[in-house]
Amino acid sequence: MSAGVLFDSPGPRTVARHRLYTALGALLVLGVLALVVWRLYDRGQFAYRLWEPFVTPSFVEAIFVDGLLKTLQMAALSILFAVVVGVLLGIGKLSEHRFVRWPSWAVVEFFRAVPVLLMMYFLFYAYGVGKEGIGPYWCVVIALTFYNGAVLAEILRAGVLAVPKGQSEAAYALGMRKSQVMNIVLLPQAVKIMLPSIISQCVVALKDTSLGFAIGAPGLTFIGKQIYGEFQNQVQAAMVVTAIYILVNLLLTWVATWAQRRYVGERSILDPGVSALHPGGARPA
Amino acid sequence: MDDLFSNFDLVLKAFGLTLGLFAVSGIASLLLGTLLAAMRVGPVSVLAKAAGFYVTVVRNTPLLMIFIFMAVALPRLGITFKSVENISAGDVEVSSFFFRSCVALSLYTAAFVCEALRSGINAVPLGQAEAARAVGLPFTGVMTQVVLPLAIRAAVPPLASVQIALAKNTSVAAAFGIFEAAARMKFFTNRSASDELIFLTFAIGYVLIVEVVSLFSGLLERRWAVAR
Repeated sequence: MSAGVLFDSPGPRTVARHRLYTALGALLVLGVLALVVWRLYDRGQFAYRLWEPFVTPSFVEAIFVDGLLKTLQMAALSILFAVVVGVLLGIGKLSEHRFVRWPSWAVVEFFRAVPVLLMMYFLFYAYGVGKEGIGPYWCVVIALTFYNGAVLAEILRAGVLAVPKGQSEAAYALGMRKSQVMNIVLLPQAVKIMLPSIISQCVVALKDTSLGFAIGAPGLTFIGKQIYGEFQNQVQAAMVVTAIYILVNLLLTWVATWAQRRYVGERSILDPGVSALHPGGARPA
Repeated sequence: MDDLFSNFDLVLKAFGLTLGLFAVSGIASLLLGTLLAAMRVGPVSVLAKAAGFYVTVVRNTPLLMIFIFMAVALPRLGITFKSVENISAGDVEVSSFFFRSCVALSLYTAAFVCEALRSGINAVPLGQAEAARAVGLPFTGVMTQVVLPLAIRAAVPPLASVQIALAKNTSVAAAFGIFEAAARMKFFTNRSASDELIFLTFAIGYVLIVEVVSLFSGLLERRWAVAR
């Protein structure tokens, strides 16, 4: 622990005290772990019979193909659509025309405030059931599209506003029209800033696909339910499914961090020339 | 639609339950999240690592899986939360469904509260603490007079968005036997035809809750604004 804003560098007495706390803390953590393991053992949860489905090839295949793949598909589709919706709404919110800006604002606020599960229930019971219904899969994708689209619209707006003002001023000075400034100058730079946010939004979408469980949509959670329904191994199924979610999300987070470093850098790389000319010049927050 | 308005007390009752879940797990998650944040930024590395592990695991787990742990997996280990039904606060009876939904929501939200508080602490300029030490304040003085007031103010906006997310997340309890707003909407759409209007009615309820929370946080932010 380096001396940060909270603590001064510890002296010898403090170091000794911290050693005591560390020992006590380690005991506490180990105690909690031991309690969990003992409880699992006491209830016979380590029996091979309960873990068997997760080492049986056909079940493992079901988990990955019918579970993880479907979950990833739903998340990817909804993010793909959400980027489109987000760009439309985000540009709408930046519009100079009141009759475009206000409806876009209202739509974004509405879908950001409504729980995804409420949307899923509505879509499913209004349009999803029955022979002509769109089915739970698309209900999940559509609900997530609207929610993530609204979030991405906000991110896009922030991204466009974060592009230094000189960029659009220069473009206007060159004689570009409003749409050209947006399409050629502002959006490409904004998307670069947005990329990490889009990827971390994928984590949110991936987590939210599990809500499809409530309307019987396919995915990891659904497979988990089928497995524990058959083998009565609720604890094990929940653990394995959660572990898969966590691993995939950590991978996505890692990609987002990489994209941040690669495309955005520690500080914004948007205006190397401008900041060289005007060191410490105005930079929109 | 007539069905919805002639039974409007059911809608209000459902939102009452939603607000109940929100209030209880909001307070519990703030307490637990503060404890986690204290462990996370504290000088004891074992506790800091344990809190960090908890935050990483919970933040990457879908809330629905935490509900499954609470409602489906824990009963297999003999933990059913049935004992809370013996407790009664006044004339309000505590149900085990309500209790374990609150536990799931609090455990989930606490991880995000911890991160919000940590970002608040990180926003405090080092010079502030150094100046406080330089004028001779002891550790508790530095904390209570300088660092924490600044950190808490900086943490208000992220904390508000965490709590707004919690208000929306209470809807997940609908899938686990609680008749809060989302479950009640499902009930009405199954019964009558005008699904769109029913959805809008319930959606507006959620929009109101979210707007009230963000209004409150905006007021707090303005009141506590500090010059940097």
